[in-house]
Amino acid sequence: MLGKLSWSAIPFDQPIPMVASGVVAVAILGVLAGVFLKGWFPYLWRQWITSVDHKRIGVMYVVLAMVMLLRGFADAIMMRAQQAFAFQSQGYLPPEHYDQIFSAHGTMMIFFVAMPFMIGLMNFVVPLQLGARDVAFPTLNSVGFWLTATGALLVNISLVVGEFARTGWLPYPPLSEIAYSPGVGVDYYLWALEISGAGTLLSGINLVTTVLKIHAPGMTYLRMPMFCWTALAANLLIVAAFPILTATLAMLLLDRYLGFHFFTNEAGGNVMMFMNLIWAWGHPEVYILVLPAFGVFSEVISTFSRKPLFGYRSMVMATMAICILSFTVWLHHFFTMGAGADVNAIFGIASMIIAVPTGVKVFNWLFTMYGGRVVYSTAMLWSLGFMVTFLIGGMTGVLLAVPPADFVLHNSLFLVAHFHNVIIGGVLFGGFAGYNYWFPKAFGFRLHDGLGRASFWCWIVGFYVAFMPLYVLGLMGMTRRMQHYDVPEWRPWLLVAAVGAVIILAGIVLQIAQLVVSIRRREALRDTTGDPWDGRSLEWATASPPPAFNFAVLPRIEGRDAYWVIKRRAREQPGGGTPETGYADIEMPRNSPTGFICAFFATIMGFALIWHIWWMVALAFAGAYATFVMFAWRDRDEDIIPAELVARIDRAYLAARGAAGSLP
Amino acid sequence: MSEADLPVDADTAPGDERNESLTTYLAGLGLAALLTAVSFFISGTTLVWGPSIPVALAVLAISQMGVHLVFFLHITTGPDNVNNVLALAFGVLIVVLLIGGSLWIMAHLNHNMMPTDQLMRMQR
Amino acid sequence: MSGARAAAGFEDPDRAGPAGGSGQHQPAAERAAGGLLSKRIVVGYGFWIFLLSDIVMFSAFFATYAVLVDETAGGPSGRDLFNLTNVAIETACLLASSFTCGLASIAARTRDAPWFHLAMAVTFVLGVAFVSLEAREFAGMVARGAGPTRSAFLSAFFTLVGCHGLHVSAGLLWLLTMMAQVFAKGFRADILRRILCFSLFWHALDIIWVALFTVVYLMGAGQ
Repeated sequence: MLGKLSWSAIPFDQPIPMVASGVVAVAILGVLAGVFLKGWFPYLWRQWITSVDHKRIGVMYVVLAMVMLLRGFADAIMMRAQQAFAFQSQGYLPPEHYDQIFSAHGTMMIFFVAMPFMIGLMNFVVPLQLGARDVAFPTLNSVGFWLTATGALLVNISLVVGEFARTGWLPYPPLSEIAYSPGVGVDYYLWALEISGAGTLLSGINLVTTVLKIHAPGMTYLRMPMFCWTALAANLLIVAAFPILTATLAMLLLDRYLGFHFFTNEAGGNVMMFMNLIWAWGHPEVYILVLPAFGVFSEVISTFSRKPLFGYRSMVMATMAICILSFTVWLHHFFTMGAGADVNAIFGIASMIIAVPTGVKVFNWLFTMYGGRVVYSTAMLWSLGFMVTFLIGGMTGVLLAVPPADFVLHNSLFLVAHFHNVIIGGVLFGGFAGYNYWFPKAFGFRLHDGLGRASFWCWIVGFYVAFMPLYVLGLMGMTRRMQHYDVPEWRPWLLVAAVGAVIILAGIVLQIAQLVVSIRRREALRDTTGDPWDGRSLEWATASPPPAFNFAVLPRIEGRDAYWVIKRRAREQPGGGTPETGYADIEMPRNSPTGFICAFFATIMGFALIWHIWWMVALAFAGAYATFVMFAWRDRDEDIIPAELVARIDRAYLAARGAAGSLP
Repeated sequence: MSEADLPVDADTAPGDERNESLTTYLAGLGLAALLTAVSFFISGTTLVWGPSIPVALAVLAISQMGVHLVFFLHITTGPDNVNNVLALAFGVLIVVLLIGGSLWIMAHLNHNMMPTDQLMRMQR
Repeated sequence: MSGARAAAGFEDPDRAGPAGGSGQHQPAAERAAGGLLSKRIVVGYGFWIFLLSDIVMFSAFFATYAVLVDETAGGPSGRDLFNLTNVAIETACLLASSFTCGLASIAARTRDAPWFHLAMAVTFVLGVAFVSLEAREFAGMVARGAGPTRSAFLSAFFTLVGCHGLHVSAGLLWLLTMMAQVFAKGFRADILRRILCFSLFWHALDIIWVALFTVVYLMGAGQ
């Protein structure tokens, strides 16, 4: 009746998951109770859950990312603690648990922290920077977000109902085949990623179309802010790479559920094909993560150097070069699998070539700062931290791209240090820079600066203390994912690394404090003008937070750094403000529960598929299809915001700007 | 300047054509049918040198895909179609890299990692 | 096809402009998200990008098939199993259905409901014929012990060809939904956009079939 599901799926005998899920359950219930008692549910349903507004969806993506960051970091602290204790001992985590923890850590950090963080920032900022009112497909946007949330939910459910995969963040066969992983863990992983992968693909299609087709008058491609170019490149990669992930995980699912022989050891299956395909996705994936971060840095560095970005055209070319080249290097993830010297050499050289456009970007950022009047805001600190840290990580990457070196270092802690170096130093620092930079635009008040700086310093010091020892350990021969070890020379380095993790924890605590304090003191930190940093691009040309329609009248674009041009023109010809043509009615897409309800059915379907509850699968699928048809059948898909209301909102914004003495 | 005064679209949606007609579709159908018939014929015939058959089939298939793109999907080289063609080119590049790269890599892997008993069986 | 209507030239309901002509006044709101381009272009382009992603997915299955094509594990190979007459009929059905889909698209542009429904119905019948023939082929192979669990080659074959068949089946469902929507609501602007997307989808499936029958059946049967 309930497939493989029974009470024995809940690990009553294991204290750690029971306590952890107990704490989470209490927290969730507490939040829900608080929301209910304060009467916020109708507001949340109407304005957030069913919202198709790109700004709301962007914020929800980032919130998801930050919550999952706490979850993934908890796994990280557990892993560091285990490795600190487990010298000539079993530590406190038996192997079956330790394996699930490092698998969940990687899966969550890549798919449910880094991806949503970057996608959220892009969703929020790109339409504003293009001078548009929304993305190309607003309801599809909502569906994409909620499907991603479904994936995150399924992974978290595995903590308490059943188990998670023990195969690492990429489930290599034959270990991940049904014969060697008969439990539900790998199935949780596979269905969570198939569902959230579909959501990511929808978001990719949306943003590519938005960047290429939704522009304000005068916004040609070469006048777009750099963040829009990197968003385009990253989303082209999503559209090109995620189908490969979908297909490969589907083949593994067919092997596990229906007894196919793609990657089995018998009947002709080829295990190596999985590695080939999964990394053909996996390498573009890391560029999907880092390109938007590069875009954030371009914005932050040029704003806080008070100079236009140096070498705009070369940046565009470098970005598109990285986009194409990222599809030519994937074999460097399995040099040691045995393709031979010829193949390894070609991919090794390609991997070194791809470092060149990134170098172009770094030089352009430095030249942007040179001769500028640099303001060391928190976002700028994150950017400077990124440049140093990512440089080191990039260089170790080029080192690993040399096949003979990789034969020694593959799957050692050197590799682990390298990819954390580039992902934390690149993606996460970029996310935090973007978070500090655009927070006032999203919420109308700035984040507390002192706590922001303190959190930055804890993060960067903690990062180096936690990960530099791992480079040393890798060179000393320690492999990754070790549950225990007995080499005494490794011990001091692992203890130092554990201390680093604690310093990072302090950084995270300070970030939480920063958010709480900023909310408490929001009146003092209020951004009345919509332009707290004297910005150069169009998102600063509207109120904070922007009205639903973004701009009362679409801005005229006359050059790169469009808002800077507008401001300069207004200084030369003062007396601007109210638009000459007057205000018009604005049509905005209607909110819709489609995304949330589809994701609800997707969650049930995923859970039922994992536990082999076939009747529930059929019902949930029917429900999702019915929701889709109902959505497709609706007659009115837009609401009209009358011109008088638009005028009232815009006049209030202009008055606030005038009062602050900073028209336009 | 109100939104109604904005210039006429410089782009065409993929699959759209300003002067769609029956003749285009008939021509496409005829050409595609011809190419299909030739493919089926070639695959089973001894009139053509054997080892060239896969190449011929590939050429015929690519031509027929082109016929579909031009006659059914109205993809042209005009300036209103630039975005559509660029997107298609990007997709084709990815497909070529993925399939070509995978075949090349897997051929090497299979050759190098073949189990020794199979290797010896092959040499017998 | 109504000759007079066809000669009158097509009026894109998504274009802003003076009322009159076909009598439909479409407000400037049919621009997408405040940008410059009409919704038809934006929606069409977005669907085009989706199709490219779908083609990349198929190429992953193609690559796997090509790698595993010789792994018959002592079981039957393509040469033993493929019936080229069946494949030829399937190909004819799908190609003809692409043609009739084009006719439906012309009918939609000229707002010719009877011809639209007729062309779509014929497309549906041809599509059902394709899927039925394919299902019968699969069932036959499974009955002969050549199902997807027999060998890696067969797993790859069933997945690649079956994925295409699933797409065609989903397309048939979509086709029926489009006929129902036109019947219930007429040739509204958003329904016309969906018809554009449907025809893109249907033609793309035929393009993939060209690659499929060439690589899998014609090259496979000649091994």
